[in-house]
Amino acid sequence: MKRSTHAAIFFAGLVLIWGLIYHARIWSPVLVPSPVEVGRYLWDALGDGTLVGATLVTLRRLVIGYFFGLVLGLPIGLLTARFKLLKDTIGLLALGLQTLPSVCWVPLALLWFGQTEGAMFFVVIMGTIWSVIIATETGISNVPPIYGRAARTMGSTGVHTWVGVMLPAALPFIVSGMKQGWAFAWRSLMAAEIYVTILSGFGLGHLLDYGRELNAMDQVIGVMLVLLVIGLVADKVLFSPWERLLHRRWGTATK
Amino acid sequence: MTLPPELQNAVATKLSLKNVSKQFGTGARGVLALDRVSLEVGEAEFVCLVGPSGCGKSTLLNIIAGLEHSDGGEVLADGEPITAPGRARMMMFQEPALFPWLDVMSNVLFGLKLKPGLGRKERKEVAQFYLRLVGLERFQHSYIHELSGGMKQRVALARALAPNPRVLLMDEPFAALDALTREQLYGDLQRIWKERKKTIVFVTHNVREAACLGDRVVLFSPHPGRIREEFKIDLPRPRDINSVELARYSTVITAALKGYAKGSEAEVSE
Repeated sequence: MKRSTHAAIFFAGLVLIWGLIYHARIWSPVLVPSPVEVGRYLWDALGDGTLVGATLVTLRRLVIGYFFGLVLGLPIGLLTARFKLLKDTIGLLALGLQTLPSVCWVPLALLWFGQTEGAMFFVVIMGTIWSVIIATETGISNVPPIYGRAARTMGSTGVHTWVGVMLPAALPFIVSGMKQGWAFAWRSLMAAEIYVTILSGFGLGHLLDYGRELNAMDQVIGVMLVLLVIGLVADKVLFSPWERLLHRRWGTATK
Repeated sequence: MTLPPELQNAVATKLSLKNVSKQFGTGARGVLALDRVSLEVGEAEFVCLVGPSGCGKSTLLNIIAGLEHSDGGEVLADGEPITAPGRARMMMFQEPALFPWLDVMSNVLFGLKLKPGLGRKERKEVAQFYLRLVGLERFQHSYIHELSGGMKQRVALARALAPNPRVLLMDEPFAALDALTREQLYGDLQRIWKERKKTIVFVTHNVREAACLGDRVVLFSPHPGRIREEFKIDLPRPRDINSVELARYSTVITAALKGYAKGSEAEVSE
C-alpha cells in the first residue's frame, strides 16, 4: 500500500511539473501540449473506439507471435542443450541472430509476407525465439549435475528427468530469457507498425505515426503513454508473479 | 504399533564386489581409479570406506549405485549384477542435492511418486513418517533455502529413506557441516540405521567419523585405488564420537592410513 502511494505521488508530481512547464509557455503549445489536452485526446480516442481497436490489434499480434516464439523456442533450447551437434549448429545460429537487432527483420518480413499480419507475426516471433532458445540452453547447462544424479538414483529417467528436474531447475534462466524475448518482440513490433502501414489492421504504432503526420502532439504523447502503460502492465502481470515465485523458492529475494 | 506394509523394513541387501576395476581416460594420462577391488558387505552391515582423495572410494560408491560402470569385475546385490540405478539402492551426496523449486515435503515425495503401486494418501503418510524420523515434521512446508545445512542433510536422508531402499550409499554426507551438527547427525544416523535395518556403505576421509559409525572400516590407498586393510570396530552402540575407546581405534587406523598414503598424498583428518 505504502509503495503504491509513493508511486502515485511521484506520477502526480510529474504531471504537475508538465502542467507548469506548459503554462510557463517556454515552448510552443504545438510542441508541448498540456496534460489536459492529452487527456482529452485519450478520452475522445477511447470514446470513438480508435484507441481500443488499435490496442487490440497490436496486442493480438504481440501475444500470438510471442506465444509461437515460446512454443518453438523452448523445445529448440532443450534440444540444443541436450545434443552437442545441435548446440554447435543451431545454438550458434541462435546466438548470432540474437545479437541482430530484431527490427532488422522488418524489411525481410515485408518482402516475404507483404503488408499483412503474417509479416507482423514473423517479426514478433523473430524477436522472441532466439532469446528463449539461448536462455533455455544456458539454463539447462547451468543445472548442477548432482540434481540429475540424485533424480536418477530415485528412478527418474528420460522425459521425466527433463520435465521434472531439468526444466524447473533452469527456470530462473528461462524466465529472464522470456522477459528479454518479450522486450525484443515488443520493440520490433512497434518499429514495424511505425515503419509501414499494415493493411490488415491499424495498430498503436500507426496511431503514433499518424499523430506525427497530422502534427498532433497530443495524439503522439497520448499513444506513447498508452504504450508505456501496456509495457508496465505486461511486466507486472506476466513476469512479476514468476519472479516472485522464483525468489521465494530459491531464496534470492532481497526484500 | 504396527506399521503399514509400505513402511515395514525392506530386507537389507548383501553386496558382493569381486575384482572391480575402473579406468578414467586412456594411455599416459589415464588414471586407474580402482584396481581389482573386492569387498563383501553383509546384510544390514554398516561399512565405512576411508582413504585420501583420489583413492577411488567415491567411484566405488557410484558403481554400487549404478551411476557408473566398472571396466572389469563383478558387482552383485543379493547375487544380481548391478547395471543401472535402482530404488533398492539410494544415495546421499556431500551436497544435499535437494530441489529448490520444491518444498521439503515435495522433495521427499519426489522418489515416492516414481515408485509404482502407491496411492496419494499413502505417499504422504510415508513422507511424513520419514520426516518425523529425521525430526523435521514441522518443516514440511518450508523451502530448501530456509533450512540450515544440517536440516538440509536430514531432508536428504528422509528423501533417500522414503522409497524404502535396501542399501543406503552415503558419499561424505556430513563433510560440509559444522562439528556440532555433525555430532547430532552421527547419533541420528546410528538410531535410524538400527531402526530401519539398512545396509550402509559410507564414504568419508574422516577416520574418527568412520570409527564412530562403521561396523567395519575399510582402508583405501590411491594411485591405483586399492583396499589396503580392514578394521572391525567392536564397540557398543550408540557410540560417542568423543569417547576414549573410539579415539584408540581412530589412532590405529590413522597411523595405518598415513603409512599407505605417505607424504604429500596424505589428506586425512583424524
